Amino acid sequence: MSTNLSALITRGLSSKNSGTSAGRESRFSYPVILLIIAGALIALSTLRVVTGATSITASTQYAAALSLAVPIGLAGLGGLWAERAGIINIGLEGMMMLGTFAAGWIGWQHGPWMAALAGVLGGALGGLVHAIATVTFGVDHIVSGVAINILALGTVQFLAKLWFGAEGSAASAAGGNDKQSPPMEDMPTLTVPLLADWLGRIEQQHWFFVSDAAGILRAGVNDVSWLTLVAVALFIGTFYILWRSPFGLRLRSCGESPLSAESLGVNVYTYKYYAVVISGAMAGLGGAFLAIGVHFYQDQMTGGRGYIGLATMIFGNWRPGGVALGAGLFGFTDALRLRGGGTTVHALLLLFAVLLIGIALWKLRKGHKRQALINSVIGGLLVVWYVTTETVPRELVAASPYLTTLLVLALFSQRLRVPKAIGKPYRRGQGK
Amino acid sequence: MKTLKTLKTLKTTKKFDTERVLLAVAAPVLAIVGALAITSVIIAATGRDPFHAYSVMINFGTTPESQVWIINKAIPYYLSAAAVAIGFRMHLFNIGVDGQYRMAAFFAAVVGGALTLPGIIQIPVILITAMLVGAVWAGIAGYLKTTRGVSEVISTIMLNSIGGLIIAYFLREGRLGEREGNLVHTPDLPASSHFFTIPTAVKPIWGTVVIAILVGIGYWFVINRTRFGFDLRAVGASETAAQASGVSVKRMVVTSMVLSGAVAGLVGMPTLLNESYNYGTDFPVGVGFTGIAIALLGRNHAVGMVLAALLWGFLERTGIRLEFEEFAQEIVGVMQGVIVLCVVIAYELVRRYGLKLQQRKVGEELAAATENNGRNGKGPSDTAEVSA
Repeated sequence: MSTNLSALITRGLSSKNSGTSAGRESRFSYPVILLIIAGALIALSTLRVVTGATSITASTQYAAALSLAVPIGLAGLGGLWAERAGIINIGLEGMMMLGTFAAGWIGWQHGPWMAALAGVLGGALGGLVHAIATVTFGVDHIVSGVAINILALGTVQFLAKLWFGAEGSAASAAGGNDKQSPPMEDMPTLTVPLLADWLGRIEQQHWFFVSDAAGILRAGVNDVSWLTLVAVALFIGTFYILWRSPFGLRLRSCGESPLSAESLGVNVYTYKYYAVVISGAMAGLGGAFLAIGVHFYQDQMTGGRGYIGLATMIFGNWRPGGVALGAGLFGFTDALRLRGGGTTVHALLLLFAVLLIGIALWKLRKGHKRQALINSVIGGLLVVWYVTTETVPRELVAASPYLTTLLVLALFSQRLRVPKAIGKPYRRGQGK
Repeated sequence: MKTLKTLKTLKTTKKFDTERVLLAVAAPVLAIVGALAITSVIIAATGRDPFHAYSVMINFGTTPESQVWIINKAIPYYLSAAAVAIGFRMHLFNIGVDGQYRMAAFFAAVVGGALTLPGIIQIPVILITAMLVGAVWAGIAGYLKTTRGVSEVISTIMLNSIGGLIIAYFLREGRLGEREGNLVHTPDLPASSHFFTIPTAVKPIWGTVVIAILVGIGYWFVINRTRFGFDLRAVGASETAAQASGVSVKRMVVTSMVLSGAVAGLVGMPTLLNESYNYGTDFPVGVGFTGIAIALLGRNHAVGMVLAALLWGFLERTGIRLEFEEFAQEIVGVMQGVIVLCVVIAYELVRRYGLKLQQRKVGEELAAATENNGRNGKGPSDTAEVSA
């Protein structure tokens, strides 16, 4: 992730958030953000030098993290669109499935770009069903979402058998079967000439801080799928549309107070429809990204990423920047799992321990003795764990994103602000 | 005069009752008709005769072998649905039944494989272990919701994944698992812990059906006949109102989550005690999500969920047969999805129609009353009161 993007993200995070409760605005200025980024980099560099786990700042690690973060991020962004308009979308998983399927189906015939478009349409179709059920018929949002997940799974498996696995068809001749579509071509990637090589050479030197920064930056300029860039553009576009345009203001007002929106002449139904269909389209694109990444649709390849996307959205406080951060975290830990990151997670234990002890000292200064004690005990235990072991079990690496999500939500959920009218059924004219 | 009035009200309620029955029947009928129509269109679109498919399903699904198979399949489904429904009744979404059931089944299998006690002691030990593990695993989500305000939907989904990984960690050779061919499973339960079966002309019915029946009766009784159940439904209907009338919503959330988890712990027992006798890498997953679908289909109603679980088993059983008749077996998955979606929409439509009827009736009665008042020489001052 390039620095100016993360700056944009944090600016998005900290931009004037109308109506944070109790006025707890954490508004960082630009230099402060740069300082924070630099501090994090120094911490990671130090960690690399101390523990010798080079993977912590290797560009390959971040490249893998980026490509794993995109589908989750897009699902989260989809969730954000729907929830900002007051519709809970737990059907993201199903919409992603429809996206993977549509991409696999079109992809082997018309190439990856058409596959991406098909994924968008497939997901949007799922979004439309959700919108009809929740907006028009007023079905409970979670109930409808669960139903859509069941329906999408059934539909996708049925059609895959029909279109990819039919004996004697062109698809099965091209390598398709009941659970897999025929392979499609590569998605073109972008490598910034000169810059990528130059950063690569710096990374090889293993200079403190400089090489680490180069390694992380290189992931953003070397061999990046064009679809990743599209996803980044969608994040930025979402921020500008939802927070900087009249359309976005109306859409968000439907999620905060549909009655007020209605009284000002906003057609709430229409906006909710827009939001949920766009939400499905985003999740569908996330699904398409998965299919394009491995070159075909596979049965059950979404693997719960839609649900994780939902978690990143809550994690990210219903803001695009937060979703991007959450997805990045998931992508990072997922990349660790795939690259056998036992040693890396083992190294990160030390970082957590230091952070916890730091928090403990800070709490002690503020006079919260109990919290200081708890933090220092956990920190101490982590240090003991770090010293007595060489690596952590594979399963713990795999579980780290889920554990992190739970921890973050448990610590910060009080500060999260959910759209006010989320999940509430709305009928036109109910305020009379 | 007064008696007349009460008689009148009695009459109206009675009339209203027939209407209510009609409405209650209308929703499932509407859902079934809708679902059949949609699936017929889908099958016809693939160039096959839908009615042939249905006749194949009905013929095959009603054979004695199929009936036993369906009943056995429905046992874990029903338990899973009951677990989900406990939360649903108070608008608490326990998406984590799947994780709770797997954790519970795994640790119960470990405990059961380690002990060699007589069945009369060992089976209850296994069941209690399973319920405790399920309750703890669900309780984490309940605790996080009440103390830290974490949405139970997210926390249970995370706990599902974490639970799966905990099992993956322990289910290895040299830890708690043993290898058999290319499967790894926990040590087998001793023969004393095998649950009884009910012999029939064909294959036997699992004795764990008794557990499902007891859970069903218990569910119905607790929800409809106890104070706790009343509080639970009250919280479901309106959290603020329940809180105002002295129900501790937080305590209700934790209690119902723990209860839901305890029932979820039982979901794996039919498979464990009647079929596999160990927890292996091939232990079924996703039953918790099936439970959500069945709870939705059965409208969280003790008997409704029985029918829904049997229907699910029926569909899965007949799907196998459809494959022989040149239909795609996967159509069953589409049917399941369509049925669930149709049911939720149909119920919502019927509910709204019922409300409209009620409003119209009340309106008519009020209009009649004001007319009477007008004739009796009362001024229009009353109309203001009733028009609200």
